[in-house]
Amino acid sequence: MNDSAPGTAPLLEVTDLVKHFPIKRGILIDRQVDQVRAVDGISFRVERGETLGLVGESGSGKSTACRAVLQLIKPTSGSVKFEGREIAGAGRREMRPLRRDMQMIFQDPYASLNPRKRVGQIVGDPLKRQSIASGSDLRRQVQELLERVGLSSEHYNRYPHEFSGGQRQRIGIARALALKPKLVICDEPVSALDVSIQAQIVNLLDDLQDEFGLAYLFVAHDIGVVRHISDRIAVMNHGKIVEQGSADEVCETPKDDYTKKLLAAVPIPDPRESRQRATHR
Amino acid sequence: MARFIVRRLVGMVAVLFAVSVIVFVVFMVVPKQNPAQTLAGKNATPLLVKSIEEEWGFDESLPVQYTTMMKKVFTGELTSYKPRLPVSDRIVEGIPATFSLTIGAAIIWLFFGLLLGYLSAIRAGGWLDRILTGVSIAGISLPVFLLAPVLIYFFADKLEIFPNGQYVPFEEDPVEWLKHLILPWVTLAVLSIGFYSRVLRSNMLDVMNEDYVRTARAKGLSERQVMTRHVLRNSLIPVITLFGLDFGATIAGTAIITEVIFSIDGIGNYAAEAVAKFELPPIMGVALYGAFFVVFVNGLVDIAYAYLDPRVRLGESAE
Amino acid sequence: MSEPLLSVNGLRVGFATEEGIVQAVDEVSFELRPGEVVAIVGESGSGKSVTAQTIIGLTRANNARIEGSVKLGDQDLTAADDAEMRELRGERIAMVFQDPMTSFNPVYRLGDQIVEAIRAHHPDTSKKQGRQRVVELFEAVGIDDAERRVDDYPHEFSGGMRQRAMIAMALALEPEVLIADEPTTALDVTIQAQILDLLAELNRERNLATILITHDLGVVAEVADRVLVMYAGKVVEEGTLDEIFYDPQHPYTWGLLGSLTRIDRPRPHRLPQIAGSPPSVLDLPEGCPFRPRCPHEFSKCTQYPGLEAKLSDAPEHRDRCWLTPEEKREKRVVEGQIGLEPPREVRQA
Repeated sequence: MNDSAPGTAPLLEVTDLVKHFPIKRGILIDRQVDQVRAVDGISFRVERGETLGLVGESGSGKSTACRAVLQLIKPTSGSVKFEGREIAGAGRREMRPLRRDMQMIFQDPYASLNPRKRVGQIVGDPLKRQSIASGSDLRRQVQELLERVGLSSEHYNRYPHEFSGGQRQRIGIARALALKPKLVICDEPVSALDVSIQAQIVNLLDDLQDEFGLAYLFVAHDIGVVRHISDRIAVMNHGKIVEQGSADEVCETPKDDYTKKLLAAVPIPDPRESRQRATHR
Repeated sequence: MARFIVRRLVGMVAVLFAVSVIVFVVFMVVPKQNPAQTLAGKNATPLLVKSIEEEWGFDESLPVQYTTMMKKVFTGELTSYKPRLPVSDRIVEGIPATFSLTIGAAIIWLFFGLLLGYLSAIRAGGWLDRILTGVSIAGISLPVFLLAPVLIYFFADKLEIFPNGQYVPFEEDPVEWLKHLILPWVTLAVLSIGFYSRVLRSNMLDVMNEDYVRTARAKGLSERQVMTRHVLRNSLIPVITLFGLDFGATIAGTAIITEVIFSIDGIGNYAAEAVAKFELPPIMGVALYGAFFVVFVNGLVDIAYAYLDPRVRLGESAE
Repeated sequence: MSEPLLSVNGLRVGFATEEGIVQAVDEVSFELRPGEVVAIVGESGSGKSVTAQTIIGLTRANNARIEGSVKLGDQDLTAADDAEMRELRGERIAMVFQDPMTSFNPVYRLGDQIVEAIRAHHPDTSKKQGRQRVVELFEAVGIDDAERRVDDYPHEFSGGMRQRAMIAMALALEPEVLIADEPTTALDVTIQAQILDLLAELNRERNLATILITHDLGVVAEVADRVLVMYAGKVVEEGTLDEIFYDPQHPYTWGLLGSLTRIDRPRPHRLPQIAGSPPSVLDLPEGCPFRPRCPHEFSKCTQYPGLEAKLSDAPEHRDRCWLTPEEKREKRVVEGQIGLEPPREVRQA
């Protein structure tokens, strides 16, 4: 339970967040006939330095929720408070200073890096744009970041296509860390990677959290990975959060049927257990 | 379906209206000699010019002139200034020529363009592909105003196989009709053959890498079945829509240079004449005719596309 | 011991590229008996997919060099000509691919595409008969409302349904062997479980021999009888399911097992990982291909290890590692479970 001193707001507090996409039809003029309830009223919070895992399958609304939290798309209704300050519906100008504190890592390491820019540029751009550093100081900071995420400072001048998937994901992480954010939203950061690399990236994220005191909103469909890295877990289904609690609670004593179904579906890499489970299914 | 047709009709009316206004405004704004002056000819007295202005309504305000003209368009009374001939008649007369030219050329460019594209794609990277690519690019690069006179010079003047111009109506003499159209057809087709073969080749190469082509092979289909039923079928969809747009534009009278060089009395020729004489009624007539066909053919293309690609027809996935 | 249905012997597949010959598959041998499920496990670049596609003849190209043999019963597939391969594709060996979203042609009805497969091999089947067969198949794979769904287009199916349809198409001609290349990777976890159940059921009920290609050891544990672990185009370990999971003999296998998250066990402090990245087949080290990432490397590893069985009570359990079975038993436990400790020098590829 949250027993911080009164007046210490959670880093991120989302209340009844809703995002509907209208479906329009009509002969001459489009009228809204129905809507896709991508996010249908969810509430959660992320405390400083902790990791909240958001688990759901495709179509659950978890990616839409991320975008709505970051105000990359405008929420239909609901409240999003960052450090106590309401940002739901905030415009681009208002969000600009906040972008330093809230960053995002994306799923596809092959699509989320601009192939025409060098690595040094990709990681350094946020610093430049927020006028934090420039010139040789900028270069030094970027090289430090690259080393911190397990790359080499020599990689500064290379292009994304020269790297493997795991390395590209590290570049994405370096970029997200450049502005020393307080919250990093990770949208399926390891699903596109080979199994052995997934573990590396998960461990890296863990280490960085300890070192920089980052808070993570970790969104994924793999409940095993989510459980490993999260302090608390929220399970999403059809736009709603069906269960929320500590990672151990949710995974060991799930209360909601969907959560149970999700857990039961995870393949267990243990033939004897799996045979036992099969006879009970 | 009903929704689609209604939207298209409304769109068409809006486009035609916009075209008429734009043509009118441009014509009025562009510096030119007073049309009444031109009609009056040399040694005209101001009085004569004035009476001509009144007769034609050139002295009225612009909105009034516009409405009067539009009324004439609908009643078919729109005439050119000099000689005083009905615009609609000229357009109707020009239709057989332009249609013959367009349809014939279209058949040729479609057939050869697709053939060359198909051969290039299945032998991609080989010597045949390289040769055909060169031919295509040459075709695309040759301007009509160069190609046409060169063809006329060789085949009409020197070798005397084909006549060097004019249009002979089909009812009059089918053989002559054909002979007179061959060079113009080739002229129009060469550019498009090059273009279509590149487009088909590129589409086919993309499609051949698609997963469902691999599935088709894994099912045990013969190479020929894989190529025709899966690769070609899917590669042709964008080509057909492209063809529709090209065809629509050409039938709308954009083959102006070809028609003029070969002295074919079609809409394109009429358009050239109208601009040379710079008279508003024929220009307006040709513009409206052209706009109508472009919108109409576009509509047909959209319907064809929906038929060919069920994803468009039924909307995206059922998730 | 029944006769093997499919017998792969010393299979080598190399592709000539601008940078040299890429040996995607290097000496792969295994047997598939009737009703058996063999899983080939590996990450990207391991050669597992190329192996599968070569068995069914889809890798034949001008720049491909295929050596070794693949025998289906008495027929030698590597020596067969294109026409013979085409005949048995779909009829005797069928394949299910990874991405159901793109594996069907979007412009034809799904039922028609399956009928097409049937008629490619039995041209005198009428369309009506074909359609009826598709309805039966859809019901067998658990697609509800089959009569109506036969006429739907691929985009009207969800991912899981499409994969079932793919499996239905593979079964249409009652093949002897089914090859499933990452059949559940692109699907949600709950759908994955359903598809795996379906594959297990089909294997049981129809005695359908299956080759399952995957990178997910969890999937393997659910359906496989025997396992081949591939790395850099080579088989580095092979054995029965229990042997691989409970007595793994190769460090790469330990690494794969260790990097899995287990929800039925308490969380480890750190996820045991494998350092470095999967290798580029163009740039392999001398000797054992796993050397750059192996924390247990020692002097003998510069010699390329042969694939040998070293355990007296498991003659079919083979691996390519110079460590002795005792050393392995000791080194493979990290923080109480099987895994790979980080090497002394962490080398980033």
